[in-house]
Amino acid sequence: MGTLQLPRDPYNIIITGVGGQGNVMASRVLSGMLVNKGLTITIGETFGASQRGGSVMSHIRVSATGTWSPQIPKGKADVIVALEPAEALRVLAAYGHPGVIVLANTRPVYPVGVITGELSYPALEEIRASLEQLSSRLWLIEATDAAIRLGSPILANIVMIGALAGSGILPLTPEDFRAVMAETLSGEKLEVNRKAFAAGMDMTKP
Amino acid sequence: MTALLNAGDGSRPLLMGNEAIARGALEAGMNLAAGYPGTPSSEILENLAKVAEARNLYVEWSTNEKVAMEVAAAASFAGLRSLCVMKQNGVNVASDFLLHLAGSGTRGGMVLVTCDDPGALSSVNEGESRHFARMIELPLLEPGDFQEAKDMTAWAFALSEELGTLVMLRSVTRMSHASGIVRLGKLPDRLPRAEFKSDGPMLDPDDGPVLSMPVAHKHGLQQGRIKKAREIFEASPFNTYEGPDRPELLVITSSACSLYSREAVHALGLGDRVGILKMGTTWPLPPNLLKTHLSRADRILVVEEVLPFLEDNVKVIAAEAAGEVGIKTFFGKSDGTIPAMGELSPDLVMEALCRILDVPLPAADLQYGKMAREAASLKAPQRGLAFCPGCPHRASYWNIRTALKLDDREGFVCGDIGCYTLDVFPGGAGTLKTLHSMGSGTGVASGFGKLGPFGLDRPILAVCGDSTFFHAAMPALVNAIHHRSNITVIVLDNSGTAMTGFQSHPGLCVNAMGQEMPDVDIAKICAAMGAKVEIRDPFDLAETQSTINRLMEDAEGVKVLILKQKCALSPEKRGIRQYNVHVDEALCIGEDCGCNRLCTRIFRCPALVWDKEKRRARVDEVLCAGCGVCAQICPQSAIRKEVA
Repeated sequence: MGTLQLPRDPYNIIITGVGGQGNVMASRVLSGMLVNKGLTITIGETFGASQRGGSVMSHIRVSATGTWSPQIPKGKADVIVALEPAEALRVLAAYGHPGVIVLANTRPVYPVGVITGELSYPALEEIRASLEQLSSRLWLIEATDAAIRLGSPILANIVMIGALAGSGILPLTPEDFRAVMAETLSGEKLEVNRKAFAAGMDMTKP
Repeated sequence: MTALLNAGDGSRPLLMGNEAIARGALEAGMNLAAGYPGTPSSEILENLAKVAEARNLYVEWSTNEKVAMEVAAAASFAGLRSLCVMKQNGVNVASDFLLHLAGSGTRGGMVLVTCDDPGALSSVNEGESRHFARMIELPLLEPGDFQEAKDMTAWAFALSEELGTLVMLRSVTRMSHASGIVRLGKLPDRLPRAEFKSDGPMLDPDDGPVLSMPVAHKHGLQQGRIKKAREIFEASPFNTYEGPDRPELLVITSSACSLYSREAVHALGLGDRVGILKMGTTWPLPPNLLKTHLSRADRILVVEEVLPFLEDNVKVIAAEAAGEVGIKTFFGKSDGTIPAMGELSPDLVMEALCRILDVPLPAADLQYGKMAREAASLKAPQRGLAFCPGCPHRASYWNIRTALKLDDREGFVCGDIGCYTLDVFPGGAGTLKTLHSMGSGTGVASGFGKLGPFGLDRPILAVCGDSTFFHAAMPALVNAIHHRSNITVIVLDNSGTAMTGFQSHPGLCVNAMGQEMPDVDIAKICAAMGAKVEIRDPFDLAETQSTINRLMEDAEGVKVLILKQKCALSPEKRGIRQYNVHVDEALCIGEDCGCNRLCTRIFRCPALVWDKEKRRARVDEVLCAGCGVCAQICPQSAIRKEVA
């Protein structure tokens, strides 16, 4: 208990995406792994219209000392995990600073305004340029493609959590992941999630 | 295994605020829980329903909040501990019974949990339930963190029994939908029996009938209970102070705002200048406790969300005790230091503290901020809310809009509360022209339908969901039928309370606990009321449109059209495609087609995308739910569907 040294206390992680991408599930899994390391976690979630195409955000406060506000103060995110690339930019505008670390899925989910042709969605290279400019470290992860190879695009959230673990920012292992997932899953479902986590880890391992 | 069944061996799981509230009720030995779904409150009952068998509970989703309160009150009258759960505007619905329940008093511990939604993150109002506690004279508790959400809920039942009245506990979205570490207590082993004593003398509070009469006597009793609550609250451990003995500024706060206040004071390093009085018992306020803390400082900042409830009530005590505590300068919502609407955040509290104490806000990297905001505004297109891929409401509104255009008499639709409310957003069809509370679409339409003699000669339609039909549309429909209002009510029946996460309702053959129940047939009800009733599948576009047109042309009384198609997220449909859908690029002629991109510009399914480079429509294989409706709208028959 309490042996893990945090780079800062509280350490602030934001997981962001679009309704239906499994944002809340990703924040629960990551938080579960950190709780098992003896840390105190506070999560704040914005998911009211989560299934209906809106932006979704989970604020995770990791602390060795106690409960923090479920909203991270502006400009104070340490890590942003984006299940959708443009959402990473939206979150950086409010919570970013020059030292922030970003992991972003490359697969866009088009807003309804883009589908109708009223708005346009930038090319990935344009998003990459801004993300590089606005972060101290950046990983772009082909998480949805990896998830489709494993049988379901919804696994992209787990691939991204695997990528966060692989990056070494926080000491999270496949065993930590398995322990949390085994509380609710077993058999094939557990196995495919384990594979998704491993696929994510491989993409960011130094 | 769910943490709700944890034996309470001192473990400290991560619980959502709503789970903590549910656990608190279990630790108090609550046996009956009733409510109506509403974000952000729904997970409390959902979690209790899951452990109903293991913990000897009866849990139900009632038809509406007033009925839920009545069901829960019966358990209290029979000596059981009971819980009632709803979102902020649900208390408005329940308030008539609530007023009389305050008069009659309760027996077994009874707690009303209301979850307010400051900033209306998932609401069409920014309602404030706390004023009901003052208006109806009920004790009110507000947990300030996740541990308190559990502990206070458990205590609220004991408090209710000690006082003989219902106790209100108010949560907010950032408590209910946030999560934190909670140390669990023990689950009791008790099997209480329900026994309703009612044959004693009329005024006997334990054995007599349960009434709010004689009114003066019962009202006096309730005021006595509030007086006793005030005395108990003077010593409550849920009211805490942290800070120096004589701070320059005293912050008085409650609920999630106490976490924002603590964070703001910490971030600004003002711990030796600012004190925080966190109130957990916010009505009635304990005056002596308040006086002790008001004496500490001349300047007071009240930090709270929605209306200035705490602020106004603290000011009354400060005025009454001015001789003892001195003259205070107040900051809060009244003077604009705290925004009067929307939700708060640590940043807004920091700004308030900096203004009052004249300290600078910590310097942000201005150049970075400018760059980041520019990148977001240029490269992160706005994300409007839209109906899900495969949503029956998209098809229904497509039909309604097409029928209205064809009818060409400026017909319009009175809206209601549910997923189908999203029609008003850019992702919808824009047919809804009024939108208020549950069941109001039919009620407002009933009124519009009587305006013909005054020259309003437009076809009047109303929409209403299946759960909303039972909740509040039925009395409005009876009214329209009885008064021969010429309207068409379209029931968008997607077989569940979809917006809040698919809770059961009386139209389904299952209850909250998953047990089989008789389903109440909407079509038969409407027919029995005297409406002309038809049922269609909204995915059959041609048939549904012609039916709507025919009903609108029928000038005699109330027509009900039930559009029946399961929600795309329902357990029966989710992840199962009826059709594989794709665009035949050889057939799609893109912008050369006279349809002017009907499929993507008007139909607006997130899975049907306009490919700017190819200048053709394209189906996103990840998002498509396979409903196949879009195949019916392409004039070129370029959208192809095959049975999956």
